[in-house]
Order: sequence, then C-alpha cells, then structure tokens
Amino acid sequence: MIRRPLRPLARIIAAREQGLDPDRKEAEARLAKVQSKRKREHQHAQFRILLIACMFLGGFGMIGLRMVVLATTQTPAEIAAIEAKKIVSDRADIVDRHGRILATNITTTSIIAHPHQMIDRNAAAEGLARIFPDLDPRVLKRRFAPPAKFLFVKRKVSPEKAQAVHDLGEPGLVLGKRETRLYPNGKLAAHILGGAGYGNEEIAAAEVVGRSGVEYWFDERLRAQDTLGAPLELSIDLTAQSIVEQVLYRGMTLMNAKGASAVVMDANTGEMVAMSSMPDFDPNNPPAAPKKGDPADSPLFNQAAQGVYELGSSYKLFTVALAMETGIATPDTLIDTKPLRWGRFPIREFDNHNYGPFQSLTNVLVKSSNVGSARLAMEFGVEAQRALLDDLGFLSPTLMELPAAKSAAPIYPKKNWSEISAITISYGHGLSATPVHLASAYASLTNGGLLVQPTLMKGGAKIDPPRRVVSEKTSRSLRYMLRKVVTDGTASLADVEGYEVGGKTGTAVKPKPTGGYYADRVISNFAAIFPAQNPRYVVVVTLDEPQDIVAGKPKRTAGWTAAPIAGEIIRRIAPVLGLRPLSGRGTERADSGAIVTLASQ
Amino acid sequence: MRTLFYLFSSCLLILSAYWAYSVNYTTRAAERRVAVIEHKIIEETDKIEVLNAEWAYLNRPERLTRLAEANFEILRLVPVRADHYGTVAEIAEPSDGLGGLISNTLSAAARDETDN
Repeated sequence: MIRRPLRPLARIIAAREQGLDPDRKEAEARLAKVQSKRKREHQHAQFRILLIACMFLGGFGMIGLRMVVLATTQTPAEIAAIEAKKIVSDRADIVDRHGRILATNITTTSIIAHPHQMIDRNAAAEGLARIFPDLDPRVLKRRFAPPAKFLFVKRKVSPEKAQAVHDLGEPGLVLGKRETRLYPNGKLAAHILGGAGYGNEEIAAAEVVGRSGVEYWFDERLRAQDTLGAPLELSIDLTAQSIVEQVLYRGMTLMNAKGASAVVMDANTGEMVAMSSMPDFDPNNPPAAPKKGDPADSPLFNQAAQGVYELGSSYKLFTVALAMETGIATPDTLIDTKPLRWGRFPIREFDNHNYGPFQSLTNVLVKSSNVGSARLAMEFGVEAQRALLDDLGFLSPTLMELPAAKSAAPIYPKKNWSEISAITISYGHGLSATPVHLASAYASLTNGGLLVQPTLMKGGAKIDPPRRVVSEKTSRSLRYMLRKVVTDGTASLADVEGYEVGGKTGTAVKPKPTGGYYADRVISNFAAIFPAQNPRYVVVVTLDEPQDIVAGKPKRTAGWTAAPIAGEIIRRIAPVLGLRPLSGRGTERADSGAIVTLASQ
Repeated sequence: MRTLFYLFSSCLLILSAYWAYSVNYTTRAAERRVAVIEHKIIEETDKIEVLNAEWAYLNRPERLTRLAEANFEILRLVPVRADHYGTVAEIAEPSDGLGGLISNTLSAAARDETDN
C-alpha cells in the first residue's frame, strides 16, 4: 500500500497546478477506499457462509451415514438371535422314514474344578464323592492340591447330578455346557448311523463331528446352518429295522454263525428299508477300531455294505436272465446238464449230484445246477456276461451313502476274464461283491427290468432317464422261476403264507487267506423277493460260517440256514410294512370264529 | 417477534430432546425384552429337544418289546401277523345303531369306487 501523507495540502497544490478540482480528487480517493473495504467485507461474509454450509453439510452427512449404517447392519438383538440359533442345535437330527428319531442332541453338563478359587478343597472333594460314588475323595483331594488350577472332574453328568454339584455352593466348581450326540435306540441301525465324537473341545462348548456311517457321510449337511432344524430323513423304517435285527440275531445264534447280515430293499426305488450286520455295537459308546487281526471280525465292520463275498448260486439268476435276454433259451428250453469238463477243470454239481442229461432252464435255477449254468455261460460268452454284470453294478462299489460302501470294491478278474472265469462266475465263484450289490441286482431284474440304485435316503435315488437292464418279459419269467425255487426247490423253508416269497439260495465255500478253499466253512445267503408276482421288497440274508446240526449231521447250505431266517424276516416285516396278505387267507379266518384284530398302518 | 421465535425454537428443542430420549429408552427396553425372549426360546427349544430325545428313548423298540412281554398277561400284545389283517365286514356291528350308519357309508363308498 502506498503511504498517503496525512496532510492533503501537497496533493491539493499539485492538483491545482494541473488545473483539476482537488475536492473531486479527494472524493474519488475516498470512494476507492470505501469500495475496497466493502469488497473485503463481502469476501469475509462469503467465507463465513461457506464455513457454516460446510458444518451443516458435515453434520447432516454424518447423520445420513449413521442411518445408512444402521439400516444395513444387524442390531445387537439380531446378532444375539443368530448366535442363539447356533447354540440351540449345532447338528441336525437323523430320523427314519416316518420321522422317528434315530439320532439327536442333548445338552449335557461337564463339571470343571478351579481349585485355586475353592473355599474349602476338602469339603468340595468329599461333596463330589458323595454325589458321584465312583469318585474317590482322597484322589480328588490330591488332584485339588496346589498348583492345580483347572481340571475336568466329570465330562458328562445328568441334570440332577449337576444341580447337586451346584448345591454344594463351592465357587471353585464350574458347570460347563456341551452338546452330546444321542442315539436313543441304542444298537439299532448302528452300522448305518455310525457315530459321532468331539472335534474342537473347549470348556464352554464342544463341536460334534461325524466319525462313521451317515454321520460321517452327511457331516456337512448335518452341520450346515442354512438347513437348520431340518432333520436328515433316512429310508430306514425303525420298526422293520428292529424286527430284522431281532430275527437276524436269533437266527445267527441258532445257526451257530459267527456273523450275519440282512438287507431289506424297496424293489422299485432302491431305498433301504432295513439293513443290519451282526455282531453290532452301541453308537453311543462305539468300540475302538481294532489295531490288529482281521477288521472284518470287528463289530464295527458292516457285513452288508462292506463285506465282499463270493455269493455262490444266487448269481445263477444273472446267468438265467442273460440266457433269456440273448435269446439262447426260454424258460422251457432244455439245457444239457451232463457232467462237464473244461480243460482240466471238472465242473461239478453240489454234493456231486447228477441232475440227468437235460433240465429245463427253469429247473437249472430251481435245482441250482452248476453244469447247466456253465453251459449257458459258454454259450453267451464272456462279453455278454461282463456287460450285464457291469449294468447291474457288480464291477464298482455301490453308490450307497456310507463310507463303508464306497470302500467296498467288488473283486473280479480285471485283466483276464476268460471263459473259465465266465463259467465259475455263472454260478457265483470268482466275483466277490457285497450283499447290497446282490439286493440291488435282484431288485433291478425282478421289478420289471429297471435299474435301481441302493440308497439310504428317503425317496430313493432317481435314475433319469430310467435304465432298462432286462426286458419286461424276462423279468416276469425270472419272478416266476424264483417263486418256483421256493415252492419246488432248495428254499422251501423260506415260504410265508400270503406273501408269495420267491428267491434263490447261495452257498459259497470260503476262500482261505492262504489260497484255496475251506472244506467246512461257507458263506450262505438267500436273496428273496416278495410278493413274487409284483415284488415290493427284496430281502438278502447272509450268514458267515453257519452250521446247524440236524440229526447229528452238520447242515450248512443256505436252504437250511439263510432261507428260514429270510422267511421269518418276511413273515414279521411284511404286515408292518403295510402289505396285506395275498389270496385273502388272512380274511378267511372269520369263519373259524376267531377274534379278528385289525392292524392299522 | 424475535423473542417469540427464540421461545418457540427452545420449546421445540426441549420437545425433540424428550422425544429422542424416549425413543432411545423404549428401544433399549425392547432390545432387553428380545434378549430375554430369545433366551427363553433357547431354553424351551432345549427342553423340547430333551423331551423328544426322552420320548424316542422311552419308545425304543427294544424297550417296547420288553414291556409287551412283561405285561403279556394283561395286554396280550403279539407281533403283527398277516392274519391280523381283516375286512370291515368282519367287525361286529355296534349295538347302538352306529353300525348301520357305518355299513351304509361303506357301501356308498364302494358304489362310488365301482362307478369310477
């Protein structure tokens, strides 16, 4: 700024000298001064307005932001609700096909001691010993001695005992909550359910994880939070399962067998209605896996889904089916059953029977002729046999939802499926598979010829589009033949009045682990369908090393051992599964004046 | 005019402050109530689970079989057999006239079925 002299005289004189009006000049100078001052004030005012606007904008902006945050995030109440659900049920229930509980959770209490917080260690030890008679007060006192700060006294206690511990009023005793998997039916369906144990274990809670069976297979599904509360529905029928186990156990004991298994499958959907393996175990308290010896001898071993056996003459159904499918024979075609020798191998009948020079195809199955089967196999050949067995699922593990089933790969001649293999496989030797394989093959062949897939899920596994394995006509003939095996053949002990049982026996000598076969150890099995006209269910019973002494002679064949057990199973479960007896026998009783009890299902 | 404006705005301030506080407190109360209810729900669900488990445990087939056998003298329960299935005609008609009604309904139903 140019400094202006206070006295304007010099400027006035200068202005006069130039001939200008000094007043005017002065006024102009004042004007300039006022204008510049105004301009400055105007700028100030604008700055203030801007400042206030900014403050308002900031304030409202913050309120707006907060509102957005509140609207998009969960409130503490919502978070609490989600947490609560998590705690309520970590693991979904498993139920049978009618919704009856097979596995559920209960909250149990564990007792934890913090000895450093105890008021009176001795009183606490004695109090605990009073509540739990199995605890020794002296041992407890020793364990409570310093420097102990944390120890589990009991892992699972009932609510009453927990209350009693609480009533001791000792602040150093803490009650911790934890979920426990409970199988209320005990041993029932043990091999299907498997078992669960603790994953991460903490004081407040412990994570329950599946260890085997469907508990393991569906572990993620059971633990998933989005399907919370929706139980896993199995195809098993609790009542049928219970009956099957009861009958199978008694049968196994009666036949002096060391193991047994039974499978009941829906012939049209492949759903497992019951599946049992004996000996069994309690999934609430499963035994430890065996460290040595044959794992197949452990009660944990599922003989139905995991046991891979040569199943003997039951396979003849496939041979007969293929003979009809390839057009080699009709049920009445005569098959050569004269003694046969292939290379250096003589093909013998069971017990060195001779069924005469010819038998009809039906009789090859009914009388269970090895020679007849062998002749058929030689005729239709290796490739056709392999293709049918592949179609029926015999060359790969079943798709049933059990870890045990997935690991049970059938044993068959992978590289060298020669004619002699085809011959022995035609009557059930040289191809080992599980009883579940057998059941699903019988279902596929007799239900009209459509493939079924064994499953443990309610509703069954849909095969889309349906796959045909044999023609409707062949299937019908097979049903007729299987019925004939029971009425005229080896399985007469399996017949059940009113339910038209059809089926085929199979007795296979057990292979020695060292090679060759045992003379007196067999796996006997019986694969049944009922009612034979229109099969609803397939039953497969397998006995490991059965031996029934009849009139001083040991009987091991399936007709004597497995067939009567299967018959008893059908007699007991058919009414429970809601099947009315055919041919009205049950309703004729009214004439005899007996009291009629109407069963409802 | 200016005084009136000040008076009005301070009243408004007090009112809005009161409103804000009351909303705040009712919200907190509601949250507490929700928490309590949630807790109750957990307890109830737990109880239901335990009762369901107990029901399943008490109804396990092994126990029912045992009870049926133990009380055979009174109950005479036997496993369901094929010959337990009967027809409606086999049931004795109740004496109170209800039987006629039932058989009429049934025969009507049977007629309907044959018509279809």
